[in-house]
Amino acid sequence: MTNYSNLLSLIPLLPILSAVILLFSNPSRLWVSILAVGSITSVALISSFLNYVYWQQTDFILKASLGNWISIAELSISFGLYLDSLSLVMITIISGVGALIHLYSTGFMSQDKSFKRYFIYLNLFVSAMLFLVLADNLLLLYLGWEGVGLCSYLLIGFWYQDKNNNLAANKAFLMTRIGDTAMAIGLFLLFTHLGTLDIQEIQVKAHTVWSLSDNTIASICCLLLLGGAVGKSAQFPLQNWLPDAMAGPTPVSALIHAATMVTAGIYLIARNSQLFQLAPDVLYVIALIGTFTLLLGASAAMVQSDLKRILAYSTISQLGYMFLALGVGASASAVFHLMTHAFFKALLFLSAGALIYSLHHEHNIFKMGGLFKKLPVVTVSFAIGCSALASLPFTSGFFSKELILEQVVASGHITLWWAAVLGAFITAFYSARLFFIVFLGQAQLSPDTTPTKSMSLALIILCLFSLLGGVQPSGLISLMPPLHADNLTNLQHWLPIILPFIAISFAWWIFKKSQFGRTHTSLLQGIHQLLKSGWAFDHIYQTIFIQPFKYLCQLNQYDVIDLFYRFIEKVSCILNNTFSQFQNGQLRSYNASLVIFCILAFAWFISGELIK
Amino acid sequence: MIPVSWILFLSLSLFSIGIFGVLARRNLLFILISLELMLNAVVILFIAGSRYHSSSIANSDGQIMYLLVLTLAASEIAVGLSLVISMYRQHHHLDIDKLNKLRD
Repeated sequence: MTNYSNLLSLIPLLPILSAVILLFSNPSRLWVSILAVGSITSVALISSFLNYVYWQQTDFILKASLGNWISIAELSISFGLYLDSLSLVMITIISGVGALIHLYSTGFMSQDKSFKRYFIYLNLFVSAMLFLVLADNLLLLYLGWEGVGLCSYLLIGFWYQDKNNNLAANKAFLMTRIGDTAMAIGLFLLFTHLGTLDIQEIQVKAHTVWSLSDNTIASICCLLLLGGAVGKSAQFPLQNWLPDAMAGPTPVSALIHAATMVTAGIYLIARNSQLFQLAPDVLYVIALIGTFTLLLGASAAMVQSDLKRILAYSTISQLGYMFLALGVGASASAVFHLMTHAFFKALLFLSAGALIYSLHHEHNIFKMGGLFKKLPVVTVSFAIGCSALASLPFTSGFFSKELILEQVVASGHITLWWAAVLGAFITAFYSARLFFIVFLGQAQLSPDTTPTKSMSLALIILCLFSLLGGVQPSGLISLMPPLHADNLTNLQHWLPIILPFIAISFAWWIFKKSQFGRTHTSLLQGIHQLLKSGWAFDHIYQTIFIQPFKYLCQLNQYDVIDLFYRFIEKVSCILNNTFSQFQNGQLRSYNASLVIFCILAFAWFISGELIK
Repeated sequence: MIPVSWILFLSLSLFSIGIFGVLARRNLLFILISLELMLNAVVILFIAGSRYHSSSIANSDGQIMYLLVLTLAASEIAVGLSLVISMYRQHHHLDIDKLNKLRD
């Protein structure tokens, strides 16, 4: 077992080691690629080996420690790693998809000047995420959490010469920061009440300290943790940083959307699912947030014209499905959907990247068209990615999304089920729309470069995963038992299967009449604009938060509090000036003032006597 | 006998002349002389007071006070004059409007 522990501690250390080596040396591009890709690939190999060892075992736990971190009185925090079936699934996704994205990046970024910087950030990103999912205490998890936030900031603003990229990076950083602050407060609260930050101990102790009937503080803790998850996973109301985060290089978007960053929130809630069971109200809130976000994301994705923004909104929507699953208590299906989503969203983003790479950074889908003959590999991978996103039968997305819908029915939330089915319809619709517009129809732009070999290789491997990855890891089911769904009606069983086909036919019909990208009435135009801006949340936040804040700043630009102190200062200055006039060194004026004072004093005294 | 109000008036006039001298003259020496005038005005007041408050000549408190003040004035003027002399040696003039170095 100790050997395996050593292997486990290698997992987060290898990428960070490679980042440090790259930081302090100046190797050639080839060596940068070998080091960066090699470190993540070896992590991927280690995790597949661990998968091989533990695939059949349902309840295994592997622990490792990298030393002590903080040790003060009753607070003792170590760099402890904890591997069970949940974190095993997570590290497999992160390292596997991460390695493919690294491989792909060597081709995509080959022309970039800051090749080395890019891979340092990327390695750090993966390492932080691995720390996050392997942490055995919430503080180490929080360290990874912040590391992920930092790296996403650096990578979104990677092309820092463009001011818009910096603004997008700032937006992502600040909006996730709101959630992070809530989460930090949640950690403090948990520590005060439970006296520990160890994740497993928290799950056990929470059930002894709190109960379902006395769960006020538990609910508050869960809400605060949820705040962190909402920020990182781009859920309502902190969802609008994600579409702007497209400013970074496309493989980075793939990494953020598939393997790292946005999955952190799902992981946090799934990891603490026993704690969240103490707060059914919070779970219901999670389900509501998920449902609202999945509709919001899907409807916004329906009208976008920027290729990457479509994918970004679809990520928001798919994350909404995961939150819905978490909210109805089906954490296992949430993590399962996280896994399949990682495969097909990485595939979609990487093929989008290949498309953009071939078309000279063209993002507008209405300028593309008829590309299926010229870019066969990209077309096939896009087709597979879209069908998995639309959850056509027997793709990976089908199994996980069906499972989530089934679990929602089993939990008894029929309204939420209808909303989720509507979301599935819209999802299939916009995936079909995206595919038709880009690859079929009139050819407009012609690609002049084809994707490099490393890019094609990554795409093909991800295609296989997206098609065949719909196998739920058995360990998850035993760790987080799903609800029993045996009371499905025929409608509930068949509607989600048939619906994607209806949506695709509908999209095909509209496409044939070439109605995409056109609006006729002003009402439709208005709805189109509203949806395109992501339900105008940017605008709302601008009016509610940013403008009042700016107004207050404007008011306070001379420091209102300081005015009082400056007044005191001014008065004493005036007094000083006045009285220093009298001290002029002229003996005769001193004498005169003395005489005047005496005369006045006598006059006052005498007048007082007279009145008496 | 001279009415006491006359003496008061004399004392007040002397004192005012002294004050005027202190305020108006620039020469340090004349300021010292004016101060002496003011002392004398006060002393006259003492003598007049003691004369006014006693029926017989036996009360000589005022005269004793006069001797005391005279001694004080003599010693004071000795110190003052020596300062004036040393100041004159340094600055070669006694104009107090120009002797305002204490301020800085």
